[in-house]
Amino acid sequence: MQFEHLPATQILIPLIGAILILVSRKNIVIWATASLLTLLTFINSILLYKQVSVDGVISYAMGGWEPPIGIEYRIDSVNSILIVLVSFMALLVAVYARKSVEVEIVAEKRPVFYAMYLLCLTGLLGILATGDAFNAFVFLEISSLATYVMIAMGKDKRSLIASYQYLIMGTIGATFYVIGIGLIFIMTGSLNLNDISEQINSMNTIRPILASLAFITVGISLKLALFPLHSWLPNAYAYAPSVATAFLASTATKVAVYLLIRYFFDVYGYNIVFEDYWLSMLLIILSIAAMIGASLVAIFQNNIKKMFAYSSIAQMGYITLGIAIANHSGLVGSLVHIINHALIKGTIFMAIGCFVMKLNSTTIEDFSGIGKKMPLTMTAFTIASLSLIGIPGTVGFISKWYIITGAIEKGWWWLVISIALSSLLALIYVGRIIEIAWFQESKTKENTVTLSREMIGVTLIASITTLYFGLNTELTVDLAKIAADSLLPGILR
Amino acid sequence: MRLDVILRIATKIFLPFIFMFAIYVQLHGDFGPGGGFQAGVILAAGVILYTITFGERKAKEYFPEKLFEIMIPVGVLVFILTGVYSLIHGYNFLDYEAISHHGTHGQHLGVLIVEMGVLITVSGSMVTIFYNFINRD
Repeated sequence: MQFEHLPATQILIPLIGAILILVSRKNIVIWATASLLTLLTFINSILLYKQVSVDGVISYAMGGWEPPIGIEYRIDSVNSILIVLVSFMALLVAVYARKSVEVEIVAEKRPVFYAMYLLCLTGLLGILATGDAFNAFVFLEISSLATYVMIAMGKDKRSLIASYQYLIMGTIGATFYVIGIGLIFIMTGSLNLNDISEQINSMNTIRPILASLAFITVGISLKLALFPLHSWLPNAYAYAPSVATAFLASTATKVAVYLLIRYFFDVYGYNIVFEDYWLSMLLIILSIAAMIGASLVAIFQNNIKKMFAYSSIAQMGYITLGIAIANHSGLVGSLVHIINHALIKGTIFMAIGCFVMKLNSTTIEDFSGIGKKMPLTMTAFTIASLSLIGIPGTVGFISKWYIITGAIEKGWWWLVISIALSSLLALIYVGRIIEIAWFQESKTKENTVTLSREMIGVTLIASITTLYFGLNTELTVDLAKIAADSLLPGILR
Repeated sequence: MRLDVILRIATKIFLPFIFMFAIYVQLHGDFGPGGGFQAGVILAAGVILYTITFGERKAKEYFPEKLFEIMIPVGVLVFILTGVYSLIHGYNFLDYEAISHHGTHGQHLGVLIVEMGVLITVSGSMVTIFYNFINRD
């Protein structure tokens, strides 16, 4: 295999995997196929990352048509780390999936579920890899459609409603995004992000460009569940199969954030987006509303999956806050938090998947005494929860530290207070579960299903990764710094 | 439906032409309006017309459900394998130069194969969706 084709194979491997699974439809081999192909995807992503760190930006012309006419795949320091992250989470969740899917999804639907899983991965990797605005939209739709199907396969009947709700909201988001692209295309005559960026910077008539910025921001914000546009997320996460929740919570919203960062800092550029403070201020207000409001709602949830779904909305608030602060530390904090939150929520939802399988319930009261019955899984869960709060020594601390530093550099002290307050609220809702799980006597009868070893193993591996990146900050922070350098204009570095 | 002679006769007369037109749209896609998606929809429309007039059971004898279900991934596979073919020959993904070097000959052939894949997938999906709707109890 020639190494120059890595950007193409990155997307092709999961796509071919999805088709192979749909064609074979054998229940025994599908899990192995899915795991093997996600492993190949992960290896591919590492090779791609290595290549980018050595040679710099890779531009790959699809079909031999040179950009800006053809579709360009453009891998740089920003998306290469995220491709590694998404592939890594996909690998973990795919290995984890076997037993969980066996319990939660009827036999005849399993091949379709795995196929959708790989298609969703294809879409997410496509959004990350592509340097073409419309191609990104197509991949956004691929991943979203696969997501709707996965959510609708949940055991609970309400999963259908949740899926439908997400379908409507997601389609509105995608429509807004495509209207934005339309406006850009009218103004610049190009769909290549790099080309658009050059043309926008040498342009006088700015109003349609600003309109396109508004449309694209709203469209992507719907996908990443920014505060007032988050209503699809809690139900979707709560009623989807555990495997789907773990995968979506750790990747889907993060990829949408990446797209937002790409548009804000790369396509439109810092000068257009953050010149007047209106967008920055609006984003900050919405982020704070998410951080505090969603955390408050999370405290009063009885369904554990819903609680952490609201927690996800709050955590997305941190990421958008870092973007809105728009200086070097803020952006580094944001990028690191994308990685950290993916690891944290992946661990938490995988652990919850184990508990739900054993208890057959998602009500928090039923989790009493689970710590004594499933010590390993609960330890993994606890580590990830502490990281969610931001205890020093875990990954959550580092990203919050950078976001706070960014806020102080701008002189916005009141942001520090709201971040602290949101962390305090996280302490309350996480503490409630930890208290019930470790210190109360068990009251519920457990299921007879035995958890498979790989489920617990993968959950533990994920939690150890959160600890590792908390102590060894070099890798994530340095990568984020390089990425932030390439995104911000010279004066702000 | 038994008594609807006109419908049944008209369907029988029209059906070959509908399929023929689908093939025309498919093959003429390189030069004029048309292509795999449109041809796939026309092909599926023919099957759907037959199902509406002659009933589900008879339609599934000639157009089995399993066949159309398997057509969905197979079409995508045709598309991807064309791209992989160029990858193997050292060209970029979906670069039709790999198929033939004679001027635009490679482009013609490449697009034809790829559109074939589109036709298979689109007609497969359309008929599967339709069958799923009429299957619902």
